[in-house]
Amino acid sequence: MNKLELQKMANEIRKDIVRSIHSAKAGHPGGSLSAADVFTYLYFEELNVDPANPDDPKRDRFVLSKGHTAPGLYAALAHKGFFPVEDMITLRHIGSHLQGHPDMKGTPGIDMSSGSLGQGISAAVGMALAAKMRGDSYRVYTLLGDGEIQEGQVWEAAMFAGDRKLDNLVMIVDNNGLQIDGDIADVCSPYPIDKKFEAFNCHAINVEDGNDMDQLKAAFDEARSVKGMPSVIILKTVKGKGVSFMENVASWHGVAPNDEQFQAAMEELEKAGEALCQM
Amino acid sequence: MSDVKKYATREGYGKALIELGKQDKRIVVLDADLAAATKTGMFKKEFPERHIDCGIAEQNMMGIAAGLAAAGMVPFASSFAMFAAGRAYEQVRNSIAYPGLNVKIGASHAGISVGEDGPTHQCNEDIALMRSIPSMTIINPSDVVEAAAATKAAAAYYGPVYLRFGRLAVPVINDRPDYKFEIGKGIVLREGTDVTIVATGLTVASSLEAADRLAAEGVSAKVINIHTIKPLDEDLIVAAAKETGKVVTVEEHSTIGGLGSAVCDCLSEKAPTRVKKIGIHDVYGESGPAVALLHKYGLDGEGVYTQVKAFLNE
Repeated sequence: MNKLELQKMANEIRKDIVRSIHSAKAGHPGGSLSAADVFTYLYFEELNVDPANPDDPKRDRFVLSKGHTAPGLYAALAHKGFFPVEDMITLRHIGSHLQGHPDMKGTPGIDMSSGSLGQGISAAVGMALAAKMRGDSYRVYTLLGDGEIQEGQVWEAAMFAGDRKLDNLVMIVDNNGLQIDGDIADVCSPYPIDKKFEAFNCHAINVEDGNDMDQLKAAFDEARSVKGMPSVIILKTVKGKGVSFMENVASWHGVAPNDEQFQAAMEELEKAGEALCQM
Repeated sequence: MSDVKKYATREGYGKALIELGKQDKRIVVLDADLAAATKTGMFKKEFPERHIDCGIAEQNMMGIAAGLAAAGMVPFASSFAMFAAGRAYEQVRNSIAYPGLNVKIGASHAGISVGEDGPTHQCNEDIALMRSIPSMTIINPSDVVEAAAATKAAAAYYGPVYLRFGRLAVPVINDRPDYKFEIGKGIVLREGTDVTIVATGLTVASSLEAADRLAAEGVSAKVINIHTIKPLDEDLIVAAAKETGKVVTVEEHSTIGGLGSAVCDCLSEKAPTRVKKIGIHDVYGESGPAVALLHKYGLDGEGVYTQVKAFLNE
């Protein structure tokens, strides 16, 4: 996909994030929207995956360590063709395969169940290790929240990945700056994020605008060229990106829009989509 | 029983892993800096490329095991019961069992027979923790023979399995030609009519010794070895309860949530029966030689004998 196509897809994914969370009357819009662009880039540019063969042993893997932003991942998988886009409005409903957090047994295309913060990264490390042990060439990607890296297990995993030189592993940190209780720097600062990962023998790539497709491409291309150590891509993003009244507001971490807010958000995203179509 | 051979169950685990490693390249063994103690050091020597020492990081180890399993390997993640079931409980629950991944957890140094290291390392709660996790299979072998058989059976079974091993050398009681291990199938080791003793792990040998003593006094005790605590062999336990009327459970584990609780859960629904639970009664252990601790907490042959007799005399 070219840049404009990626931007249009990201906008569609944003609409499905808002639509599904509104339908569920619960969920996490802020972090789903901040990561909508990286979900799009991963599934429509970076990952070697095939919706017709979701369990292909040679496929690239993606583990959503910040599992609460599942609506963004689900929307990307749906638009990629892993399951019907119409499923999105069943999010968090009884009987739906779209659980509040990713369920690898229920949803096609999900490589690991996740949601309890700090755990997905270890599973991603295990998948990358398996590839190294068997000589497989697939790559493994995992997306973490910037609040999530307060979990100690993240650093156990980073230490191991660095020690074992897992250059087939790309860790991504969605640095939107906010967590439930407020600014991450006020709650318990994880900064400097890049220096911490570097200290664990990982190659750190800082992305100034993690919602920009060109910058995402440059970062993932750089990670692909790194040999002998895992990469971490730290994306400076805007929490709630694309819905102006949600942007940079911590309280939009984990609440659903009401009907009025839903209408306003969808109108804004429709307009953004129309603007992209005129480019 | 001084002429009886004694080995720790963890040795059966270590030896079986080598056999499994030769047969199946998907078998990988993980440790958290305790390979010498969990007896996986033997596997490490034989298959260094398939032994993964994660360092002192059990939570990450369980997650890595989950990732390896998701990629088609058959990982055995090894540590002490305290850390495997305790520290990494939530990783086992959310990263291994919930996704139904094919990870085997080899938990050694369970119970008070850890000995001198004391209460921080004596896990008497692991069976309770693992029992509450949906789909988890729990096996607590009674001797080195059963430990090896259980390890092989766990490898042949698809899904999460918690294998519980001990540090202490315990008597070999299953070294016989007709011995057969099947997950979920209890083994009647001795027939009896007055009481059924349902035991697991190292207390199976204690229960057999107790049954000998009781027999000398004219009391006929049936002894069942429940190596698989989940799924429990309910048919065998219900039938025995109906036969003998009274049931005693014996375990080197808390009487809250372990074998005793599992047996009571079953019997209260299917065959209400008086049950006496022998085990660790809601207390922490303490430092001391393992054999002396087992005696103090009533889990050796004499302890089981005394408590069964008192129960029958009530």
